[in-house]
Amino acid sequence: MNIFDIIGPVMIGPSSSHTAGAVRIGRIAHLLMDEKVTKAEITLFGSFAKTYKGHGTDKALVAGIMGMQPDDERIRESIHLAEEEGVELSFVESDGSCPHPNTATITLTGEKGKKVTITGASVGGGNILVSEIDGMEVAINGQSDTLIVVHQDVPGIVGKVAEFLGNCGINVCNMALSREKKGGRAILCISIDGHSDLDLTTYINHFVGVTNCIMLLANNGR
Amino acid sequence: MELKYNSLAELANLAKKNGCNISQIVLQEQATAMECTEKQVFERMKETYHVMKKAELKGQKKDTVSTSGLTGGDAYKIKKHITEGKSLSGDFLTGALMRATAISELNAAMGKIVAAPTAGSCGILPAAVITMQEEKGCSEKDCVMALLTASGVGMVIANNASVSGAEGGCQAECGSASAMAAAAIVELAGGTPEQCLHAVAIALKNILGLVCDPVAGLVEIPCIKRNASGVANAITAAELALCGIKSALPADEVILAMKQVGDKIDVSLRETAEGGLASCPTAKCLCDKVYGCKESK
Repeated sequence: MNIFDIIGPVMIGPSSSHTAGAVRIGRIAHLLMDEKVTKAEITLFGSFAKTYKGHGTDKALVAGIMGMQPDDERIRESIHLAEEEGVELSFVESDGSCPHPNTATITLTGEKGKKVTITGASVGGGNILVSEIDGMEVAINGQSDTLIVVHQDVPGIVGKVAEFLGNCGINVCNMALSREKKGGRAILCISIDGHSDLDLTTYINHFVGVTNCIMLLANNGR
Repeated sequence: MELKYNSLAELANLAKKNGCNISQIVLQEQATAMECTEKQVFERMKETYHVMKKAELKGQKKDTVSTSGLTGGDAYKIKKHITEGKSLSGDFLTGALMRATAISELNAAMGKIVAAPTAGSCGILPAAVITMQEEKGCSEKDCVMALLTASGVGMVIANNASVSGAEGGCQAECGSASAMAAAAIVELAGGTPEQCLHAVAIALKNILGLVCDPVAGLVEIPCIKRNASGVANAITAAELALCGIKSALPADEVILAMKQVGDKIDVSLRETAEGGLASCPTAKCLCDKVYGCKESK
């Protein structure tokens, strides 16, 4: 914790968990989608389902899906902006169970048919916990800068990425691997110490076997 | 220098030993902790202060309306009251009430604010600091430094108790904001680090036990008015401390008492909108108005 966790974040109101955290969850789906989004299906659970209209959680999630940050003043108009860009939106209020009261599942469909599904919870103070990406279990909290590497489950990829980071002088503080099935799709989540100005994702995206690599900046990063 | 922000007494003692304000200790220590220069920390806090000032001006507008439609436009009324020379308590206090209301209303209207320490309590600290600049002629530099003192206080509270309404009730959100604001005002008024701590203790004691019971679960009723009363409480505490009045109980102990009280507050009174003001018949009507009748089934 530093002073900007106490006086901060700079954000669009009204609630760090119902708006700022929701934008962050939406934004991860946006970052994982590398083609133009045509459809966004959003399922809301718990308190998100009950109070999203009053808190503007729907606008916040859509703003994130459109790539906005939690302090973007266009969040208010995000639904209108998304519709203008031809994104078909649908909201489902679920009364199903969820591990955390402020949970949303987002499925994005791209113009070439790619699909991305994530489930994330807003756990307070704008902090989030993404628990699932495309059916694979993850635990991304965004407290540190985090690389998410979607890849084929073949030998050598984890080592190659880790070696590359080491060569860049970057220290790994947490690393987790999850896969659909042996030899199938896999996700590697790597949290790093501090912040790197290097364009890590462009390099990693060139590695054979990597389908998509994105960088998620820490919550109070700039 | 390594500081864990576990104790306000430690912060004040360090400041006393070095013959400086709490803000300078926080600035030095945070630059080290964040691996950057003091100037970078200061500049980032200055940008933050500018966001607060913009929010204050934006929120004063007559047409500020929340997403739910339940609140907005009250800061404008206070401003008009001041302009017409009708303020009972003078431009200092009424100006602070207006600023806290403006920022809090802008928050409910999905405007850009700074959580301080939370979005629900975002009006209190900026209202205190901006009022010291506008009404007492404090320099911008000193105001930015006062925010550093406030964040030092906030970190100690977060480490020993909580700054979240869902965990500790409104006392943890508006109470912490009020305590942070009280320390900032004392420093800006030329008070000692010790007086800052007395102000923190007094502010927290006055708001101890306040529950978090938002109507319809929204950060509007009673949150916006509690931001106004939160800054008034900060001014009260700061004024008493500046008179040389001491809190019989040290700030660090009061923070632990707040934690203890927070743990005993029933979950229905911790942001769940299941008790307190949220269960008033009129609150339920307002809830229906926002969400349709689904909630009342």
